[in-house]
Amino acid sequence: MNAPVSERSDNKWIGQRTVRPDGAEKVTGRAAYAADTTMPGMIWGKVLRSPHPHARIRSIDTSKAEKLPGVKAVMTAKDIVDFPLDKSVMLGIQDMRWMCRNVMAREKALFAGHPVAAVAAMSEKIADEACKLIEVDYEVLPWVIDVEEAMKPDAPILHDFIKFEGKPSNIAGKIEHKLGDVEKGFAEADVVIERSFRTKPVHQGYIEPHACLVSVSDGKATVWSSSQGQFMVRAMSAYLTGLPQNDIRAIPAEIGGGFGGKTIIYLEPLALILSRKTGRPVKMAMTREEVFRASGPTSGSYSKVKIGAKKDGTIVAAQGTFCLQAGALPGSPIRGAAGCAFAPYNIANVHSVGFDVVSNRSKVAAYRAPGAPLGCYATECVLDEVAEALKMDPLKLRLKNAAREGTKAAHGPVFPRIGFVETIEGAVNHDHYKTPLPKATNGRLYGRGIASGFWFNAGGESSAQVNINEDGTVVVITGHPDIGGSRASTANIVAELLGIDYRKVSVLIGDTSVIGFSNLTGGSRVTYASAMVATQSTEQVITTLKERAAKIWKIDPDAVVWENGEARPAGDNAGKFEPLTLAQLAAQATATGGPIGAGKQLNTTGAEGGFATHVCDVEVDPELGIARVIRYTSLQDVGRAIHPGYVEGQMQGGASQGIGWALSEEYIYDKNGKLDNAGFLDYRMPVTSDLPMLDAVIIEVPNPKHPQGVRGVGEVPIVPPLAAVSNAVYNALGTRFYSLPMSPPKVLEALQAKSKA
Amino acid sequence: MTEVQYVAPGTLDEAVRVFASASGAARILAGGTDLLVQMRSGAVRPGLIVDIKKIAEMTAIEQGADGSFRIGAAVSGAALREHAKLKAIWPGVVEAANLIGSTQIQGRASAGGNLCNASPAGDSVPAMVAAAATVTVQGPNGRRQLAVEKVPAGPGRTTLAKGEIVVSFTLPPRPKGSGDAYLRMIPRTEMDIAVVGCGVSLTLDKGTCTAARVGLGAVAPTVLLVEDAAKALIGSKLDAAALDKAANACRAACRPIDDKRGTIAYRTQIAGVLLKRAATIAAERAGRS
Ligand SMILES: Cc1cc2nc3c(=O)[nH]c(=O)nc-3n(C[C@H](O)[C@H](O)[C@H](O)COP(=O)(O)OP(=O)(O)OC[C@H]3O[C@@H](n4cnc5c(N)ncnc54)[C@H](O)[C@@H]3O)c2cc1C
Repeated sequence: MNAPVSERSDNKWIGQRTVRPDGAEKVTGRAAYAADTTMPGMIWGKVLRSPHPHARIRSIDTSKAEKLPGVKAVMTAKDIVDFPLDKSVMLGIQDMRWMCRNVMAREKALFAGHPVAAVAAMSEKIADEACKLIEVDYEVLPWVIDVEEAMKPDAPILHDFIKFEGKPSNIAGKIEHKLGDVEKGFAEADVVIERSFRTKPVHQGYIEPHACLVSVSDGKATVWSSSQGQFMVRAMSAYLTGLPQNDIRAIPAEIGGGFGGKTIIYLEPLALILSRKTGRPVKMAMTREEVFRASGPTSGSYSKVKIGAKKDGTIVAAQGTFCLQAGALPGSPIRGAAGCAFAPYNIANVHSVGFDVVSNRSKVAAYRAPGAPLGCYATECVLDEVAEALKMDPLKLRLKNAAREGTKAAHGPVFPRIGFVETIEGAVNHDHYKTPLPKATNGRLYGRGIASGFWFNAGGESSAQVNINEDGTVVVITGHPDIGGSRASTANIVAELLGIDYRKVSVLIGDTSVIGFSNLTGGSRVTYASAMVATQSTEQVITTLKERAAKIWKIDPDAVVWENGEARPAGDNAGKFEPLTLAQLAAQATATGGPIGAGKQLNTTGAEGGFATHVCDVEVDPELGIARVIRYTSLQDVGRAIHPGYVEGQMQGGASQGIGWALSEEYIYDKNGKLDNAGFLDYRMPVTSDLPMLDAVIIEVPNPKHPQGVRGVGEVPIVPPLAAVSNAVYNALGTRFYSLPMSPPKVLEALQAKSKA
Repeated sequence: MTEVQYVAPGTLDEAVRVFASASGAARILAGGTDLLVQMRSGAVRPGLIVDIKKIAEMTAIEQGADGSFRIGAAVSGAALREHAKLKAIWPGVVEAANLIGSTQIQGRASAGGNLCNASPAGDSVPAMVAAAATVTVQGPNGRRQLAVEKVPAGPGRTTLAKGEIVVSFTLPPRPKGSGDAYLRMIPRTEMDIAVVGCGVSLTLDKGTCTAARVGLGAVAPTVLLVEDAAKALIGSKLDAAALDKAANACRAACRPIDDKRGTIAYRTQIAGVLLKRAATIAAERAGRS
């Protein structure tokens, strides 16, 4: 593997694998996660959840629970601000009409696990017992979970207020992208392939369950919780409890994974209300089972994709329909599915449609490149068949049609300089693609598959404050929980710009009372956006430092340059004064004008899309139906790797989650509509020994709109694996699977059916 | 709030006495890797816990003059692995016990706990069944011996009487030319539960199988001893026809359920596949012994 460009440049810190500022704390168990905070007088909150997937709540009697010794308060949806159904109130992509019903069932319980009441008591055990004493009178209703079932005309309807084409429906929304004329395009094609695909809901699988501690005192709330955005926690808690934002201080804990699943809240408003009622700090923590039943997962899906190509491989038309399961309330990631499915390719005629379908399972939460893996799965599997029909190498087919600078994507943008072609060429030339597969031995079969993928990436609001300390060290405060290495990256950038050792720069995550508004850690935006605000703040600090030096030297500030961590006289004055280091200037700050520091707040733009190409080898044991990945290489244009170690971590993490999605992870419901595998034993996320070393090849085509050339990194890697693994399994077996996961019973059944035929 | 009383007697007699005389629900604690998980989830709420790890007999491995082995019921998987002689003679039993959990779990988990937890999917049980292990049980009425396959009664249930404790496993003397093996099918590579488990123990004389036993896990309410499969192997040279016949006998013995871990069809098919593979490994080991 070649060293990435940034490692070969003159940079001292950008592109270096600097020691992780959070590493030692995490591996020694000292990092304080959400459940680690305690307070004197603290009591425990617990949630009573609906056992039914769909039921009208006739009444709730909490009197027995309230009388249990040790119980301090009981709450229901009545205690939460009600947002009427006829008026949308948006916070980012979340509608408060849905959130107020998601955190606690109002008219109806919409999934097994839906909160219906919560209790605060002296201990978790008493709170648990009190939950059992709450009497809920349910009118059990017919239910539907599967997305195709939910779209049928006779399906049980979840919400009377949702209408599609004038009729009550579970279809809550639609998105459509059109480019050219697909009918005309298909008419020109020599090969047309159309296939349907099905996937199961999968959970983000973060190791840290949701937890919070909330203390309300004198009408003001302090919230400690693990989330992907303390400002989101504050705003949503404010909406749902009626407190103004200035009376809520949200303090982000160290976060044990989120992958999108912590971009919404579940417990914080409940704990806040319980604390307000009791005057005591209230702690709440989900069990793993609750996490599986009631948070996340992403959508299950049903998709249909049709692609037409000419003999020479030119793709002339592509059409896709993507139906995504939203769960109890609207909001599935159809934008990602319909928008990303065809974005990697220059196709003249595209028609891409997404449907948002509600059904009786927990409300969908964002999951790494939300929706994009589903769109990509269908497209990239069909492309594999197109390549086969044309007798063309699948990477060559992609290269021929690859989006480049100037390509118009169906979802809107005209791409600027992007690095998609480089990822395909990288795959073609990689040792992995050039190495022949192992020969079938011992009954084992081998196959190779490839797939490419795209994710939008995002900019948005970020704030940073850079302060020079009296001893010349630096503290940087940003407003984003760090889930992928943003502290390390920010330290590298600030150290680089100031020309000082990165160990002199500490990067902290401010709570909502100490740093300006910063949007969610999501959309692969944090290193991108915080690099921009940190850069601009640092540049302003450097301007100030030059002014201070000019003042000391009594020369014009324009005659001072900042080089290698010191102010130097330049121009006519060059060499006339001894340079002044950051530490020297810091020591004289009081005398030269006061403290030195600067902050910047921006709504960042210019986060251009990210592309990747993945190569996957599988080994299949056809007698057992087990497919295992034995070699995996991802090649991704990251713009610029500020901290390559973290970038590789993102690429490997996304690939492993995608492989789990393809082979083993799925939500399994029993015949009563209840999740049957709400734990890591039966929800089969891959373990380390299931995967080979996942090779990550960093490709750097700098983003021209970013000061360091950064593109988002964290989400693209989960987009191609579903198709890469599927295509590899086909290559091994000669049998195609059109649904995920390709679990052993499913694979064995297909192989037996084939051998009988 | 329920109080849990914990005792750790130093002798078996004392353990049996407190265990048998407990008024409410009492539980033996070996490694606790099932028990503590079940207590945390609320599935069991014992009033008394009797830790047996302080009893010498229950944590020892001894080889008798006749070559038999006595393995204390509370011996951990890690201790089994460390016993070179046991591992050389009963590689299948040891590999089965070592499949349980992870390194951390191995430091605690015992074959006694695996058996008494009575999961049809317990990994060490089919290997013990194939090995013709007997267990020694001590209760208020003294000691008795029974075949290992007689202990499980159904998922989570055993045939042990109130107050009875499994003391040890006895593995019989091993004729020359013997080998055993255990294989399980799990979707992951570790940290998973057997969808099917198969233990085979056999003895070869000049390539002909003179004795065989087959244990099957996770395909019925209890671990099964599949005598028809053994019959198919005995007298054969373990040729393809004999292996096919034994595999079909295993499939015929299956009474599995359809669940989130596997379908009836899948489990039944795999039982035969694992039989063939385990028998092949056992035969290869027998050839070397
Ligand atoms: C992370 C994890 C992974 C696991 N993986 C596996 C696996 O791969 N395969 C597998 O088979 N199991 C697995 N298990 C389950 C468990 O580890 C095994 O069943 C183990 O063998 C239990 O042994 P123990 O000594 O810990 O039993 P305990 O938990 O101490 O006891 C289990 C039960 O048996 C009773 N008991 C124990 N000893 C005696 C005795 N001598 N006499 C009478 N009753 C007794 C106890 O009262 C209890 O009811 C796993 C468990 C965990 C937590």
